Amino acid sequence: MSRGHRPGHRTRGHEGSPSPPPGDRTLVLPGEEIRAQGLKPGPGTYRTGGKVYASVLGLLSPRPPMVQVIPLSGRYIPKPDDVVLGTVTDVQGTFWLLDIGAPRWAPLHMTGTPWQVEIGETDRFLRVGDAVVVQVESLEATGRIGVTMNGEGLGKLEGGTIVRISPARVPRVVGRNGSMIDTIRRHTGAEVVVGQNGRIWVGGTPDAIHRVSEVLRIVEENGQRSGLTERVESYLLATMPTDPKGPEEPAPEHAHRDAPPRTLPPSEPDEVTVEAEDDPPESTETGEP
Amino acid sequence: MGNVGAKDVPVLLSPEGLRIDGRKVDELRPMKIQVGALHNADGSAFVEWGANKVYAAVYGPREVHPRHLQQNNKAVIQCKYNMAAFSVDERKRPGLDRRSQEISKVIAEAFESVVFAEEYPRTSIDIYIEVVQANAGTRCAGLVAASMALADAGIPMVDLLPAVAVGKVAGKIVLDLKKEEDNFGEADLPMALVPQSGRLVLLQMEGHMTEEELSQALDLGVQGCREIYEKMKQALRDRYALGPIGGSA
Repeated sequence: MSRGHRPGHRTRGHEGSPSPPPGDRTLVLPGEEIRAQGLKPGPGTYRTGGKVYASVLGLLSPRPPMVQVIPLSGRYIPKPDDVVLGTVTDVQGTFWLLDIGAPRWAPLHMTGTPWQVEIGETDRFLRVGDAVVVQVESLEATGRIGVTMNGEGLGKLEGGTIVRISPARVPRVVGRNGSMIDTIRRHTGAEVVVGQNGRIWVGGTPDAIHRVSEVLRIVEENGQRSGLTERVESYLLATMPTDPKGPEEPAPEHAHRDAPPRTLPPSEPDEVTVEAEDDPPESTETGEP
Repeated sequence: MGNVGAKDVPVLLSPEGLRIDGRKVDELRPMKIQVGALHNADGSAFVEWGANKVYAAVYGPREVHPRHLQQNNKAVIQCKYNMAAFSVDERKRPGLDRRSQEISKVIAEAFESVVFAEEYPRTSIDIYIEVVQANAGTRCAGLVAASMALADAGIPMVDLLPAVAVGKVAGKIVLDLKKEEDNFGEADLPMALVPQSGRLVLLQMEGHMTEEELSQALDLGVQGCREIYEKMKQALRDRYALGPIGGSA
């Protein structure tokens, strides 16, 4: 039976996909037959006995000559150039291991940092539990994930709070061309760094952090439903501080330890949220009443 | 139960052909499935099935612990089935016992034959099943819950895995045994079905049946599994509804 038929490689990236028209979104479940006349089974599907079935729970996305299923849940599957948030889980002589929510831990080599690190001195810069913003650099066939901290907006995180959501919800948090994330920043005055792995750093006043966390919870709970922007805006307006000065300036606390030369929030957090616009689940925004 | 004498055996099948709880011989107990019941798991589900209450949590694919179990060509699937001390009438001694080890093993093997483990080499997919209230058929309830949790965790697989037990009670083949039927019946036959292919990936039996009864039981079980399959799909559709906020699917 189907064991021999591997469902292609899975969702290594679905950028540049045309958005399916509104109202045309179909939820498929594992084992559900896909009517795909003449289409090749792509990621998230498998073929057996001449028929194509879904292998994951997700949205059906026919894209000739292929049909694929875009997962609506699951762990973060790394893509090259993704900006992600991670926490240090292990410190070795020349590298750190980071938990970025992917199937494997990602090694960050000391040469991949903006710091002058001596061998054996890695724990002077990052310790277990520290939070960082890194970028996925390489993916090997063995599943090894190479990450780097050299680049705009990357570095160690200080202060603030990290909120976790499902990686499948990240395009909805960012919104079309960053519309959702702009709305959140504008209404709360918080600094927000969105990792493609569903980990989101929020800095600012306790009130701002609380409101952003609440918005992220709304996004998480409402999955792929439509009308999300309205829901979020009504929440933000209803919780607007009555202070006539408007949203307060973010004042993230900095708790420096020995020699962390670069800290966030970065001057341009927008850089961090690139390339989410093209993700197909995002097309839900067009389906709103 | 204490002292069970022959006199205590309840009437399992009425003259009208109804069972101890009023069900027909081919009728399932009521079932309620909630997907995403736990917050910190990658996927989870809570299943109420008759008087059974079972949680399942799935973590992964993630790093393998202990490391030596790691496989270079595929993910390992690890399962832990556990019954809470308070899940049965007489307090159960907590922790691993031979029964729970066996059930963990057969459930893990059932999922090994439907999950596309080759997609995640050197990782582990961990399934935890916690029975908080037991009333016969907990391995089937655990399988159903775990299957929903795997789908919720975005794990690629051939199909969902509905499961049900068929038994022989008062000489009749009946679907979905409850506790009294399991305790005082003549046979218990749990099974798990891959609806897409019609294959069984779990089949165990306790007690005695004739060859004819066995084939009748298998047919009844497959029919029951298909009924459960529909409930499972509906639970996932409810959880991942696409309609407007506040509206239905």
